[in-house]
Amino acid sequence: MSNSLAGRLDDVAGDAGYHDHPPRMGFFTDTSICIGCKACEVACKEWNQVPEDGISLSGMSYDNSLMLGADTWRHVAFVEKTVPTEPAITGVDQAADGLQWLMASDVCKHCTHAACLDVCPTGSLFRTEFGTVVVQEDICNGCGYCVPACPYGVIDQREDDGRVFKCTLCYDRLSVGEEPACAKACPTDSIQFGELSELRQRAEHRVAELHDKGVDVARLYGQDPDDGVGGDGAFFLLLDDAEVYGLPPDPVVTTRDLPAMWRHVGMAALGLVGAGIAAFIGRPR
Amino acid sequence: MAECHPVGFQWVMEAKARGATLIHVDPRFTRTSAMADIHVPIRAGTDIAFLGALVNHVLLNELDFREYVVAYTNAASIVGEDFKDTEELGGVFSGFDPDTGKYDSSSWQYEGVTEAAAAGQRDPSLPGTPGSDEDLESGAAESGSDSAGSEHEAHEAGRSETAGSGGPTVGSKPPRDETLQHPRCVYQILKRHYARYTPEMVERVCGISQAQFAQVADVLTRNSGPDRTAAFCYAVGWTQHSVGVQNIRTAAILQALLGNMGRPGGGIMALRGHASIQGSTDIPTLYNLLPGYIPMPHAAHHEDLDSFVAADAGSTGYWGNMRDYAVSLLKSYWGDAATADNDFCFDYLPRLTGDHSTYPTVLGQIEGSVKGYFLVGENPAVGSSNGKLQRLGLANLDWLVVRDFNLIESATFWKDAPEIATGELVTEDIGTEVFFLPAAAHTEKSGSFTNTQRMLQWHHKAVEPPGDCRSDLEFYYDLGKRMRASLAGSTDELDRPLLDLTWDYPEHGPTDEPSAEAVLREINGVGPDGAALSSYTELKDDGSTACGCWIYCGVYADETNQAARRKPGQEQSWVAPEWGWAWPANRRILYNRASADPDGKPWSERKAYVWWDAEQGKWTGHDVPDFVVDRPPDYEPPEGATGPDAIGGRDPFVMQTDGKAWLFAPVGLADGPMPTHYEPPESPVSNSMYEQQNNPAREPIERPENPLNPTGSPVFPYVFTSYRLTEHHTAGGMSRSLPYLAELQPEMFCEVSPRLAQQRGLINGGWATIVTERTAIEARVLVTERVRSLRIGDRMLEQVGLPYHWGGNGLTTGDSTNDLVNLTLDPNVHIQGKVGTCDVQPGRRPVGPALIAYVERYRQRAAEAAATPSGTEGSHA
Repeated sequence: MSNSLAGRLDDVAGDAGYHDHPPRMGFFTDTSICIGCKACEVACKEWNQVPEDGISLSGMSYDNSLMLGADTWRHVAFVEKTVPTEPAITGVDQAADGLQWLMASDVCKHCTHAACLDVCPTGSLFRTEFGTVVVQEDICNGCGYCVPACPYGVIDQREDDGRVFKCTLCYDRLSVGEEPACAKACPTDSIQFGELSELRQRAEHRVAELHDKGVDVARLYGQDPDDGVGGDGAFFLLLDDAEVYGLPPDPVVTTRDLPAMWRHVGMAALGLVGAGIAAFIGRPR
Repeated sequence: MAECHPVGFQWVMEAKARGATLIHVDPRFTRTSAMADIHVPIRAGTDIAFLGALVNHVLLNELDFREYVVAYTNAASIVGEDFKDTEELGGVFSGFDPDTGKYDSSSWQYEGVTEAAAAGQRDPSLPGTPGSDEDLESGAAESGSDSAGSEHEAHEAGRSETAGSGGPTVGSKPPRDETLQHPRCVYQILKRHYARYTPEMVERVCGISQAQFAQVADVLTRNSGPDRTAAFCYAVGWTQHSVGVQNIRTAAILQALLGNMGRPGGGIMALRGHASIQGSTDIPTLYNLLPGYIPMPHAAHHEDLDSFVAADAGSTGYWGNMRDYAVSLLKSYWGDAATADNDFCFDYLPRLTGDHSTYPTVLGQIEGSVKGYFLVGENPAVGSSNGKLQRLGLANLDWLVVRDFNLIESATFWKDAPEIATGELVTEDIGTEVFFLPAAAHTEKSGSFTNTQRMLQWHHKAVEPPGDCRSDLEFYYDLGKRMRASLAGSTDELDRPLLDLTWDYPEHGPTDEPSAEAVLREINGVGPDGAALSSYTELKDDGSTACGCWIYCGVYADETNQAARRKPGQEQSWVAPEWGWAWPANRRILYNRASADPDGKPWSERKAYVWWDAEQGKWTGHDVPDFVVDRPPDYEPPEGATGPDAIGGRDPFVMQTDGKAWLFAPVGLADGPMPTHYEPPESPVSNSMYEQQNNPAREPIERPENPLNPTGSPVFPYVFTSYRLTEHHTAGGMSRSLPYLAELQPEMFCEVSPRLAQQRGLINGGWATIVTERTAIEARVLVTERVRSLRIGDRMLEQVGLPYHWGGNGLTTGDSTNDLVNLTLDPNVHIQGKVGTCDVQPGRRPVGPALIAYVERYRQRAAEAAATPSGTEGSHA
């Protein structure tokens, strides 16, 4: 075990102490073919028995769940934008009347370096043999340390309960060889589940294909194992900047600087001790 | 389609991934538009102007698939001299009687075709159309035995049923000019009729730019021909217009001209309102059809079986065997009691006496002639046009049975209808006795769904229904058993139809659920030996076969539930014939003889589907040929041949009596042989194309609760159209009560353009009141660029989008859009509209009696404005 908190890490389950573990599993969400049906949101809630998250109109396009939280583990963003194009057949998702309606299903990223897990004092949050990050409901004590630790704002405490909840990548389904409920329900295969290494290849191929079609705005988000969280277990193909979808542009695992911080703290403490000793030593007799 | 049929839309996305170009024509920018290559915003209700211009574009530039058009359509057929087009008569066709508002179609006939022999002809003066398609929410059945009251006898049945599955009969094969030069050939008539449908007119009428029209025309025509095909998909909102049937007809003309029918990748797909609406027209919940599109007999015209089938006995094509289908159906209903001596119990069948479709039935309720009503999975208080009329009808019944998952608005109207709040109804005065019976969901029962491809897919029960919930099958079977028990021993002749029914399905499970598979087997039919039949060609008219629905014959072939087949696509051919079962005869594409050229060769390698194998002397290919299998392409039927013998080797449209696709309909339609643009009954503008403003044959419903906004009224300057959202289901009975769906679209809203929001001071997230002469409703506001301001002539026009899912019950509640929708019916299938004009004001609507006063002030202002056309218009009520 490297116990590393940041940087590239190719065998995340092995690093967590699993021997003979299955390959790392994840999601590739191709938002260029998301039709915004929200079947993923409903399937997730049905399977995981996630409670209703409030019945009120947001006024923000067709997005009424607004963000991920304790009671929303999949969230479909709807972004209306006008694009300065003349009527022409320009390729996918490029409507001729200068309007684009971006839809994207967001989910817990199952980071390679998951700060939520790093800061959890009870061991409720743990790394599974599939390389995913899961909260154990019966162990969580509701301290909430993980909430500010998440660089994506995913994990959240349930009101009137206090404990935290988030996507488990359907750990129970994976354990019996089934794909997660959201991916199963997605009619267009916008949500693809599989071995992360294979998904990354597929995603590179898809981006190249879109670029060939002239959709040069297509880009991947969270697939880079060298990024600030060591790459996401759930990554995305986007058609605009991350911020447009409400995603942080350059997420960094919030515990990355912990060792340095501890070193500094240690040095400061040593300095204090030294100063104290010096004070005694140097005291005039 | 992504919006209303997201699961089916996966195949569109797959086609797109393989290079298909996706064009979406819709007033609003939906989830489908977001995926489309081209979104064409159109003014609601102007589809024929747009499609007609595409027809004109094809004809003018000779882009039609000429060999296909000459051989397989009626383009070359010559129409009689009496026919007069709208060009000559100011927007109406010959044969229109302004006094009755109806057409006599005799002048539309082919040349030399005399009316078929009077004996047995189903009533040539009353046209109809095949495959009536009233997409109601799965079957409100009128249960009262009274006919629908005196006022509606004037509303004669549209008689869409008269044609049956075979399409209307033309007496004989007409003269043809295959050079298409004869001035009275269909091709030339079509060309003249659509000449005025120009891109300029499209811009003026529909609000679609000429550049965008040119783009669509180019993409569509370039993608049609020997090597390529294009498909049309529509959700049934397209039918919900006073010209509903003609909207679809225009698409059919275009597809026939482009050679896109009967070929892989072509066709016109009706995406039905919900699961198995196709099935509920095949085995109909419609008042005017029997299973397999056999018409319901009419009291005045069909005294006996001979007179009933006579009109078809002489016709060409497979419909000529209608007697086989009818007798087998009677045998399946009445078994041993049905014999040749008693006309196979033909007398037991109910008879039509007029138009008993949904809306006249509602009027019958209000007038008191309809006393009882069954609502099965239908919520008319929210889901049907002019909700007030619906609720007034329900409130005037003696009894009402509601079978649904929840206490829907149609079950609780007596205490919480909007009319209770306004004082128009008083709970204590409502005498309707309501019986609510909880229903089992599809996961709680076995059965089949029939989809738009006519494919049956079996679903198995996953769990037992909870509590008192029961399947519809069990309900009706049990009701039948109880009624028969109560009549047991009766000697009254009137009771024989019930007592003689075959009513003996095996039951199983903890709730004694009748076997759905036994019902499917009965539908499939059995031969003299009691074994399941495998094809409708085995049916006989001598009483030796029984079949519940001739087009479904074969679904239980080899004593196997063929609909339950689930062989994965990868393990079979690309046509996937072993997934489910499609009627008829497991054919996946109808009229597929048209996928080969007149000589029987594929039009192209790429689009090869079914072809003639000369060596083996039969039709073969990827699908089950929709043709007499050993009939060579050069076969000419002998003079006087009838039934299948009369199908020529080059006549792919085997259910049509002339074997051709009809560009021009010489009979069968109530409102003209060619689709013509008329404005919706409520429109902000005059008809730019003709003097005639509205469909002259439309069926207006004249009642005080159903006033129409005047044409071009400055009081109602905006257009509204109703529609669905992905997150909810129709009238909300299946979705508003579910937290996981309610939270995704949690409130009734309207969608408006930024320009309209500015005009009326509407704020995103705030409230708006939408007003018509019927009533006013309130909704939260979404201001969005997705609703486009359209340029119509020299003015800008705004449209208001209104989802129709809300009502007073459930976890999310709101006003019902259908309360705004006026009731005017298409004359062919009596379907309602979904478009109207309105005003929009910021803020919430008045409540209680103040609402009535508010709407009344609008009515007065509209009347004043109509009296003084140049009158000024204030923007506030």
